[in-house]
Amino acid sequence: MEKLQQLQGVAAPLPRANIDTDTITPMAYLNNASRQNMHEHTFEPLRFLADGSENPDFILNKPGYRDATILIAGRNFGCGSSRETAVWGIRGLGIRCVIAESFGDIFFNNCFQNSVLPIRLPAETVAELMAEAGDDQGSTQFQVDVASRTLTTPSGRIVTFDLPPDRQAALLEGLDEVEQTLKDDADTTAFQDKDHAARPWIYDLGNIE
Amino acid sequence: MSQPKTLFAKLWDAHVVRSLGEDLDLLHVDRLMLHDLSGARAMAELAERGLKVRNPELCLATPDHSISSEPGRALASSEYGERLGGGLRDMAEATGVRHFGLEHPNQGIVHVVGPETGFTLPGCVLVCGDSHTSTHGAMGAMAFGIGSSELVHVMATQTIRQRRPKAMRITIDGELGPGVEAKDVILHIIGHLGVAAGTGHAVEYAGSTIANMSMEGRLTICNLSIEFGARMGMVAADETTYDYLRDTALAPKEAAWDEALAYWRTLVSDEGAVFDREVNIDASEIAPQITWGTSPGLTLAVTDNIPTPESFAEAELQQNAVNALEYMGLNAGDAIAGTKVDRVFIGSCTNSRLSDLRRAAAVAKGRRVANRVTAWVVPGSVPIKTAAEAEGLHEIFLAAGFEWREPGCAQCVASNGEVIAPGERCVSTSNRNFVGRQGPGARTHLAGPAMAAAAAVTGEITDLRNLAPLEEEA
Repeated sequence: MEKLQQLQGVAAPLPRANIDTDTITPMAYLNNASRQNMHEHTFEPLRFLADGSENPDFILNKPGYRDATILIAGRNFGCGSSRETAVWGIRGLGIRCVIAESFGDIFFNNCFQNSVLPIRLPAETVAELMAEAGDDQGSTQFQVDVASRTLTTPSGRIVTFDLPPDRQAALLEGLDEVEQTLKDDADTTAFQDKDHAARPWIYDLGNIE
Repeated sequence: MSQPKTLFAKLWDAHVVRSLGEDLDLLHVDRLMLHDLSGARAMAELAERGLKVRNPELCLATPDHSISSEPGRALASSEYGERLGGGLRDMAEATGVRHFGLEHPNQGIVHVVGPETGFTLPGCVLVCGDSHTSTHGAMGAMAFGIGSSELVHVMATQTIRQRRPKAMRITIDGELGPGVEAKDVILHIIGHLGVAAGTGHAVEYAGSTIANMSMEGRLTICNLSIEFGARMGMVAADETTYDYLRDTALAPKEAAWDEALAYWRTLVSDEGAVFDREVNIDASEIAPQITWGTSPGLTLAVTDNIPTPESFAEAELQQNAVNALEYMGLNAGDAIAGTKVDRVFIGSCTNSRLSDLRRAAAVAKGRRVANRVTAWVVPGSVPIKTAAEAEGLHEIFLAAGFEWREPGCAQCVASNGEVIAPGERCVSTSNRNFVGRQGPGARTHLAGPAMAAAAAVTGEITDLRNLAPLEEEA
């Protein structure tokens, strides 16, 4: 996984609750999805008008926010389907950090698998950050520092966020979970040997012809 | 005596391979289900990385998302069927994973196939790259949806790194009124609690209503857990579960069954076990539900009027309601009943089981699908389709003007190209009414199978309790 240590850039406010992953990456494009192309249709129902042209009111279409690296979203962001394409798409748009009061649990986990940092903050703080991010002219002075778990705003305000030590280490060092777990595969074998004796029905399945 | 434990805690603790830190564990995965959309992709990624499926015998693959539901279908009948369904088949063959392909007598929607074959067992940890994996919790299992990277991790290691969620219990007591079914119960709960109330929680459903509910009803309830944010929904296994499971192909047999049963009986929340959150629901207050908005929580009794944005407490939710009304083409204050519909879809991992089809058929029998409506019935699996045909349900549907189709996800998610056209209004027994879920611009109203059938035969959203009796019944 790619490392994420520090981030600087524009923060785009998207003050809409319950944005689901169907809205982030619509199903019509998932059959052909790849990490490389997913951004083309990301946020399509919000980002484009019915005739296919850009919706000028959508924040990421506004001149000051097209290069945003941080998204500040409404509550329950990324709820719904487990599709990891939602994170691919957001990352493909250049966003590496999403801030919200709450997230869909699966989306939240998927972010960490793709070197995107999701930050949960109280509703009041999220509202204040949205106000500072503006809706007309973005500022490139938002900074995120993973090592110190801090977000610094253009006004110099410093907000500390929660980040469990394993997630922090994975971002800072670009650790791969599969490789880490396989190092201790003997533990899994030991578990299965013991469990097989206790719950043979889990391991000895019947047959279907 | 040891501390009383919740069902959830018992299941979690029994699967810890290793603690990885505070509230973070490496859990053993007993069962992995793979479908053609997330599964085929993850299997390809595993192969690209030079990794192996560690325990293929604990995996089951079946195509459901990308395949056509057209009668007489083949993989090539849908645009991506050959690539995704064929890809899943090829990868399963190469890795030794059990695969129920299109010609197999057990093919179906993953969340239907797991329970009905006995692949899903009480006490097991089951995962799948699909958010509706919570369905399997109805069997007394701990089941949850994961992303495709986590899927690669599970295939390679047969484990998953997870943070322990909080425990929540929803106790539902009382008798359900006439015409009220499991779908109405869970939509009512989502509407009541809000779409994020379950986030970070494992939910156990309990109470007399659940105890008296069929296995299929419990599967419907657990299926929709994710729609209020809960990755896991579960019901402790009981005699209903064991009766459902006993003769399934993959369940333990004879002495192994008895041994398993003795263990499964211990998997209940102990008296005095503490939950982080408790909710009580009175079943007698629940009316047949229909959603009006673009999130499953935007639901109402079919007898109610569409709410006004001002009736929502906060600005963010008021704006959501404004957006939902516009997308759905509805007016605040109007009665929801009487809203004209174009399409009806009976199917999906939520409501495509035999009892669902029976309830829909009971409404369809002797009636006709309204002229303006196209109505589909898509059974959840080949065994369900076969059983329904054996009792003549397909003839009832066909005589009424419904289409009787082949098992798969079909119009729930439209990933096989079976979309609802822009602006068309569909009453659907599926699980999500999100913007564009059934196709760009499609307008989805979620309901149970009997309500969906009532909409099909009347051409509008209808309180099924008000359907005029047929002459032969009079």
